[in-house]
Amino acid sequence: MNIVFEKTKGLTDKTFHYCPGCTHGIIHRITMEAIEELGLLGKAVGIAPVGCAVFAYEYFNCDSYEAAHGRAPAVATGIKRVHPDCLVFTYQGDGDLAAIGTGEIVQAAHRGEKITAIFVNNAIYGMTGGQMAPTTLIGQKATTAPYGRDENHAGKPIMMSEMIATIPGAAYIERVAVNTPANIRKAKKAIKKAFEIQREGKGFTMVEVLSTCPTNWGMTPEDALKWLEENMMPYYKLGIYKSSEGSVING
Amino acid sequence: MAKGKVVFDENQCKGCGLCVTACPFKLIEMDEKRINSKGYHPAHVTDLEKCTGCANCAIICPDVVITVYRIDK
Ligand SMILES: Cc1ncc(C[n+]2csc(CCOP(=O)(O)OP(=O)(O)O)c2C)c(N)n1
Ligand code: SF4
Ligand code: SF4
Ligand code: SF4
Repeated sequence: MNIVFEKTKGLTDKTFHYCPGCTHGIIHRITMEAIEELGLLGKAVGIAPVGCAVFAYEYFNCDSYEAAHGRAPAVATGIKRVHPDCLVFTYQGDGDLAAIGTGEIVQAAHRGEKITAIFVNNAIYGMTGGQMAPTTLIGQKATTAPYGRDENHAGKPIMMSEMIATIPGAAYIERVAVNTPANIRKAKKAIKKAFEIQREGKGFTMVEVLSTCPTNWGMTPEDALKWLEENMMPYYKLGIYKSSEGSVING
Repeated sequence: MAKGKVVFDENQCKGCGLCVTACPFKLIEMDEKRINSKGYHPAHVTDLEKCTGCANCAIICPDVVITVYRIDK
């Protein structure tokens, strides 16, 4: 009898504190599986954000650090420059990376920092109770947008992958989703690829992962995956936005 | 066809039901008769004989509850 799937050594034994069905858990797992498969657990340093993933350092079975809200790319920069042989990655939500920390991520990409950002886009501020994020879709309800996001008032949802891909210092940018087993497999491949490009010293890398927040979206976990597919994926198109081989946008 | 086996670390299950939706053969259901140490109805397999070991359930489980084995014939 062969084991075809078991818990990665990249995760600690600690139980995730996430809500039932929240896909943060899947993204933690595939990130750490990728690092384990690359044989880099002993060389990896993860930077946790402020947001629901604030305790990520409790789960990553590698060296970890906790940054102030949005500042993970700056912390990662410091660590990578002092330890250039380490695999350094940030794990950030959309409130963290695309709101309070937009400046940090843009400047880190511009400097071509050899770090990887795992960017979890769930179109809302999860931890603080469901406020509108820059990534919230037009018409999507949030506690601070009770009638849904109004484009005239809040503009269109921010597309971070498209934006960062225009920066010369960015070497690899891909957007993936974790709504089905097939897409989860692809998401893991993208994360592994980004880590490999970091190791090759080619520049800044980011994988944007479309994720759910069943609790603040007010849906069952199953409906949240469907909502992601039907509403997020048409706007936030999956694909490679930047790589040495050019870009491939799906959809 | 390869035959599989799945083992649930039952007390880690949060009853989210995503594994139920991911199994191509609809072999998983929530066990309404039992409650685990977290207070959820845990997921369980109804007909292990039909499991192919495809690991879809384990790949979608956000809480890494499921271990999958395959017996190649
Ligand atoms: C300096 C600062 N400003 C605001 C907050 C409040 N705050 C905590 S988490 C958060 C946003 C979380 O959203 P996101 O990054 O999308 O992560 P999620 O919880 O959805 O995973 C905010 C605004 C804070 N902790 N620190
Ligand atoms: S509030 Fe949303 S993002 Fe945070 S753990 Fe719960 S479901 Fe996940
Ligand atoms: S391994 Fe595949 S066939 Fe077996 S229970 Fe899981 S999803 Fe179903
Ligand atoms: S996906 Fe995991 S946590 Fe959710 S019901 Fe299935 S075994 Fe339980």
